[in-house]
Formats: sequence, C-alpha cells, structure tokens
Amino acid sequence: MTIEITMPALSPTMEEGNLAKWLKAVGDKIEPGEVIAEIETDKATMEVEAADEGTLGKIVVDEGTENVKVNSVIAILLEEGEDDSALEGAGPSANGAASADADDTGGKTEAASDERETPAEGKVHPEPKKPEPSSLPEVPEGTEMVQTTVREALRDAMAEEMRNDDRVFVMGEEVAEYQGAYKVTQGLLDEFGARRVVDTPITEHGFAGVGVGAAMAGLRPIVEFMTFNFAMQAIDHIINSAAKTRYMAGGEMGSPVVFRGPNGAAARVAAQHSQDYAAWYSHVPGLKVIQPYSAADAKGLLKAAIRDPNPIVFLENEILYGQSFDVPKMDDFVLPIGKARIHRSGKDVTLVSFGIGMTYAIKAADELAEMGIDAEVIDLRTIRPMDLDTVIESVKKTNRLITIEEGFPQSSVGDYIANQVQRRAFDYLDAPVISIAGKDVPMPYAANLEKLALPNVGEVIEAVKAVTYKD
Amino acid sequence: MATSRETAANKRSSSKSGPARRTSGGAKKAATPDQGQSDLIRKPPEIAKFTTEEDSQAYRDMLLIRRFEEKAGQLYGRGLIGGFCHLYIGQEAVVTGVQMVLKEGDQVITAYRDHGHMLATGMDPKGVMAELTGRRGGYSKGKGGSMHMFSRDKHFYGGHGIVGAQVSLGTGLAFANRYRGNDNLCCTYFGDGAANQGQVYESFNMASLWDLPVIYIIENNQYAMGTSVTRSSAETHFNQRGVSFRIPGMEVDGMDVRAVKAAAEEAAEFVRGGNGPIILEMKTYRYRGHSMSDPAKYRSKEEVDKMKDREHDPIERVKARLIDGGMSEEDVKAIDKEIRGVINEAAEFAQNDPEPDPSELWTDIYAEDGSEAA
Repeated sequence: MTIEITMPALSPTMEEGNLAKWLKAVGDKIEPGEVIAEIETDKATMEVEAADEGTLGKIVVDEGTENVKVNSVIAILLEEGEDDSALEGAGPSANGAASADADDTGGKTEAASDERETPAEGKVHPEPKKPEPSSLPEVPEGTEMVQTTVREALRDAMAEEMRNDDRVFVMGEEVAEYQGAYKVTQGLLDEFGARRVVDTPITEHGFAGVGVGAAMAGLRPIVEFMTFNFAMQAIDHIINSAAKTRYMAGGEMGSPVVFRGPNGAAARVAAQHSQDYAAWYSHVPGLKVIQPYSAADAKGLLKAAIRDPNPIVFLENEILYGQSFDVPKMDDFVLPIGKARIHRSGKDVTLVSFGIGMTYAIKAADELAEMGIDAEVIDLRTIRPMDLDTVIESVKKTNRLITIEEGFPQSSVGDYIANQVQRRAFDYLDAPVISIAGKDVPMPYAANLEKLALPNVGEVIEAVKAVTYKD
Repeated sequence: MATSRETAANKRSSSKSGPARRTSGGAKKAATPDQGQSDLIRKPPEIAKFTTEEDSQAYRDMLLIRRFEEKAGQLYGRGLIGGFCHLYIGQEAVVTGVQMVLKEGDQVITAYRDHGHMLATGMDPKGVMAELTGRRGGYSKGKGGSMHMFSRDKHFYGGHGIVGAQVSLGTGLAFANRYRGNDNLCCTYFGDGAANQGQVYESFNMASLWDLPVIYIIENNQYAMGTSVTRSSAETHFNQRGVSFRIPGMEVDGMDVRAVKAAAEEAAEFVRGGNGPIILEMKTYRYRGHSMSDPAKYRSKEEVDKMKDREHDPIERVKARLIDGGMSEEDVKAIDKEIRGVINEAAEFAQNDPEPDPSELWTDIYAEDGSEAA
C-alpha cells in the first residue's frame, strides 16, 4: 500500500502554502525524520519531514508550486517491496482530504483529517466581498486598487510612517530578526535597522512601560504584543500610565503610543489565547480603540494611529492577516479615527459589527438578500471614540438593529450600542436591539465546542428574522 | 504522512548590530560567567568636602523641601489637602544631592512620594502646593493631586501612583535618550517596597541589555508602607539587586548630602560613558508615616528620634557645617526666614487660588491632532 505525503499545516490557521523545494528525488530512499522538502507561507518557511520509511515513488506537486492546499497530496511513498506499478490509481486524483487509504498516521480519522484541511472549521470566515465604492469616501475616483493582505497593509502603514518620521519605532517580541511572530513586521529590520526595530525580551509589563516612557519623552513607539492576550501582563501601563497621564497632568504630558497586535480568537488555541479585548479597552477614557476589518482600513487607520497624539489600542486579528482586500494606491492613505464605514446600504435592518465580526455580518447580509431582506451593514472600525451618529442615522432608516462581535456578552460593545440607541432613537425602534456576542464561556479547545462558542451566520439570520417578524 | 518542524522563519540578519546590541565590553560587561560578581558591588566614592557655596545651596534646597512638607502636613490636617499625601521629610538629602550633578535635559521620574523631587528639579512651590489643594493653578490644574504632577520644562516625568510603574517608564525615558543619541540620563527613583515589583527586574534586564543611560536610585527608607525591609525583602542589600543583570550598584549614606552627591557624580559619569545602568541604594529614613493617615505604630519613637537627631538629620548636619565654617547664626536664620517666606507664599496661593472650572472635567482627556509638542 502506498503512502501519501500531504501538505502539512504550520499553524492552525494556515490553509495553503508554497512548495518551495524538493530535497529528495523520485527513487530516493527515505528514512523517517528525514527532511524531504521545504514549504513556505507568508509567515514562515518550514521543513517537511518524512514520517514513514520508503522510496519516493512520485512527486505530485512540483517545487515552485504556489498556494498548495493543506492536506493535499504532494508525493507518494512506496513501501518496501512495492514498485511503480503501485502508483496506479494514486496521485492527484486522490487529492483533497487525506483518504482513508492514506490514514496510516496512527489513529487519525478521516474526520480529523477534514478538520485539518479546513483548520478549526468554526474559524473559516466567509470570503470578503468587495466593499461598495461609497465606503471609502477618502479615495478619489479612479484611484488604482491593489489587492493587499491585511498583514501587508499593516506593514506598509508602519513602513510609510517610519520613513516620514524618525520618532516612530517598533518594539516587541520577535519583531526584528524573526520578522514578526505573525510576519507583520516583515522587512522592517532590513529597511530601518535595529535602532528602530527593537526586539525585546519576553517581558510585556516591562516593555509596555518602556514604550510609554519613550512616548512621554516625545518618541512615537509602536509596541507590538505578540497577541493581546499577553498584554494582560501590561494592562497597568496601557491604562494607568498611558491612558490617564494626559488628564492627571492637566494636559502637560501625554503618551502618543500605539499598542498593536492580534486580538480575539485565533483557532484552536483555547481560553488563554482567545479573547476579544474590544469591550475592555473601550471602557477607558484617554484611550482610542481601533479594530479594523479590511486591509484598506487597517492601513489607513494604523497610519492615523501612529500620527495621533493619544495612546491607541489597535486590535488586529490573526485570521484576517492573510485575507486580501482592495487597498487604494495612494501616496498617503490616511483614514479618520472614529468614523464608521457603511459597508453595504440597506433599508430593512441594520447590522453593526467590527473586526472579524464583519465576516458574519457580511455573509448574513448576502443570505438575507436572497430571502428578500435588505440589510445595511456598518463597520464601526473604531470602537472608541464610537461613531454612534452613523449607527443612529441607519436605525432611523431601518428601525431595527443587530450588533455582532466575538467578545463575551456581558458589558459588550453591542450592549453599549443598544443602550445608546434606545436612549437616542427609542421612537424609531420597531423591535428590541439584539446584540450577538461570543458565548459566555471561556474559549474551549475542541473544534466543535470552539465553533459553538463563537457567533455564527445562522444566529445573525435568526436575529434578523426575529426583529423583522419574519416566520 | 509528513510531520513538520518550524525552522528559522526567514534569513537572519546577523550583521545587524544596532542599539539592541552591546557596543562595548566595559569593565562591568566583560565578566565571564564564572567570574565573580565583585565588580558589580561597588564601594561608594570618598566623600568630597563641600564648598561653603555648595553647603549653603544644599541647605536651602533641603530646607525648602522640609518646610514645604511640614506646611503640606499642616494643610492636610486642616482638611485643605485631600486623599493621599506622602511626605518626604527625612529623605531630603537624596534628591538634593543627586540633583546637584544633573545637567539640562536629564530626566527625573519617581513614584508618589514626589514633592521633594519636584522642588529639587526647580518646579514652583506655588504650583505644587496648589495641586495638593486641588486648585486650578496647580501643575495639573488640580486634576492630578499629590501623586501626579509633571513638568516638561523641568524634565520631571511624574509623580506615579502605581508602585514600580515609574521604573519601566524611566527606563523608557532613558531609551529615548539612547534613541536620540544625546548625552542625557534618566534618574529613576523608587523605594525599597517597589524594589520587589516584577517589572523592576524586567526593566533592569532591558536597560542592561541595551546599555540605557539610567541611574536607578533606590530610596531605602526602611519601610515599605508599614512593613520593614527585613520582613518584606529576602535580600535587603538593594545595591545588589542588579547583579543578575550585570548592573553594578553601591550603597550610599542617603542622610549625607555630600555622600549622595559624590555617588551620583560617579554614577552619572558611568552612565554617560555608555556603560549602561547603575544602581544607587540610598540608605535613608522617613520621619513621618507612609502617608498622612499612617500613625506609624510599626516602629518605636526611639528609632525615629535617633534618626532625627543632630548627628543624623541631613539638614542639621549641613547647618552644623555651615556654622563650623564660619556662617553666623543670623545668616542661617536669614535663610530659614527666606525659605519660610517662599513656603508661606505658596500656601497662601494654594488656599486662595480657585478650584478648577467645572468645564475642566472634560478637558485633557485627549490631545487634538497636531497639538502634541515633540
């Protein structure tokens, strides 16, 4: 029986990668543990080790092939005693999820293999649709659009601001020589050198304070947290040192620092590594809190954040890093902080979300359209200061409001919006506001439970049906 | 099936050696792992005699702090100062001696026992006292209070209410000096209590790793609030707290302004020389409780009285030298009178200045774009 070698996943969120190089040729004997190939993603390069003994019978995916799906067959190994005739029937046609035949990895079931192919299924977010043109009023008509990942957009924003202002520098764990734990700072060390791209020890509390101190002294630090979960160690400096200083100093001193990094649930990393801090930081006067969804917003808002004289919490999302969006090709594309974006106009119901929550809202709006319900989708983009005017104007038109976020339900961003809307637009509401959030549980690890813990498109559609009194 | 192993993510640029790398192997840094740590535990320098001018200046500066704090205590007793109020009485020599060696642009940051530091950097006693009484003429327009004042002009960066936070922040101020390539240093003050906070050691590590120009001044006044150092600290020689990070330290008589100045001078030279941080443990003593609301029952009256006597008190020691050196009692009294005048004026201002306008509730939360000075 031949053994299929499949494209490995480097991380739970990896869906595809490039086959950079084969280190073995057809006919070569292979021992378990031998490095047989190199693959790369936008985040990292890795070696593929053989798990089994045999002879390389067939290379299915040639080196240099890009965008090879995780778990697709890349080569076939002949077991002892087998020859090329065993290859018949094997190959690309057996592609896709590891077949039961190839299931010789010791207990790995087909279902589990499926799970790997679409890592953490609950986290496979709907493909973004192009935002409506009206959603970027800051962009002149006819501007060329470039497909850019959120990761690249963030990097470009930092690089552009660093070119413009010597006071701007990046510090954090693995930001320099490793090129960023999530590769957001890729290339910055090469361009700007170690003075301005500073690797720190693993000491969030300490380096957050160092960043705030440097900001007080007039520099413009970008402090990267590998994830915002680790910023819990540093939250005292974010709130007590950064957010409150200007007020306590009567305006004499501030701390223009940007704290940024991935926030919220990634995939299959369990409770301590999966939390959305939007509501937490949005509670604090003195902070501005930005949580972009698209690459254009990520770029335009990060540039604005770096220039802003106030401390900023900039919440990114690991799952969105690899997603591509149109970004306007402009010399200096800066977006206003505190302005929501109408992603899609509609008249029947308003869906308000931000960050990765937008993926549920957009998908739901698409499905609702097919049912004849015309949803308006608003991307808040900034959580604090919040553009409630845009939300309220929309509610006055649609008379119905659903909010969507991945964070915990109690004291959520959506609850705050609901409160403000009932105070400012009570007479316009034809139904209670429903806020959809993550479930009120720590994030579980198991794939099925994780999926249950997060919001989903079905919940959004059910909520819309409830407020529009459909079936 | 195949397994995978992550390797170096990308090409390493090992040729890069920016500020995140040691630039020199000074005496402190040259030690090998098996070498002793004797080079890190330094003897304080010989105490240099002060000139009459230096003694006279130190006397004025320390007396200003003492009289200010006494007045603050009185105003607190009369209900004119609210909240927490931590007095610096007894520790005046520390900040006064250190300030004598600083130059323009050197930064100062400390925790909440901060009035002395502000006065030493030259901040106006009226503005400090008015902040204590919560008036609009206070340094923070009455919105910060005793623990939170700042002055860009005097390079005073607070005034922080969270024990130990100022150590990371001060390390960041030093980072900015290093980043700009200037010749300034940051004096980061903290107490024996803060010395047990985790972020202190995170900061030590980075400051040493990056050779940041920072003098860590540990004001060991023997009590972390009400807990004596022997009950709170496994290692009570705070000058040795940097050994694990290859930061040298010395123990200094913080009750003798000349000893403080001599040690600060050596420390400043070391730090400005690009050798990274240094620790000065100032053995000192606060005469009052931790804050105004602390009756200080955890220590005996005899212990306090002993420190307050003429032989120990930092101000009395300078005064004795001035008189020994030929200054007349009248001249000394004239200084006392002048200082009292300054303090009375400050107290007067702080009581008569109006409270902040109610509209100030909503100001200074955010800076407008472009309003932030570099």
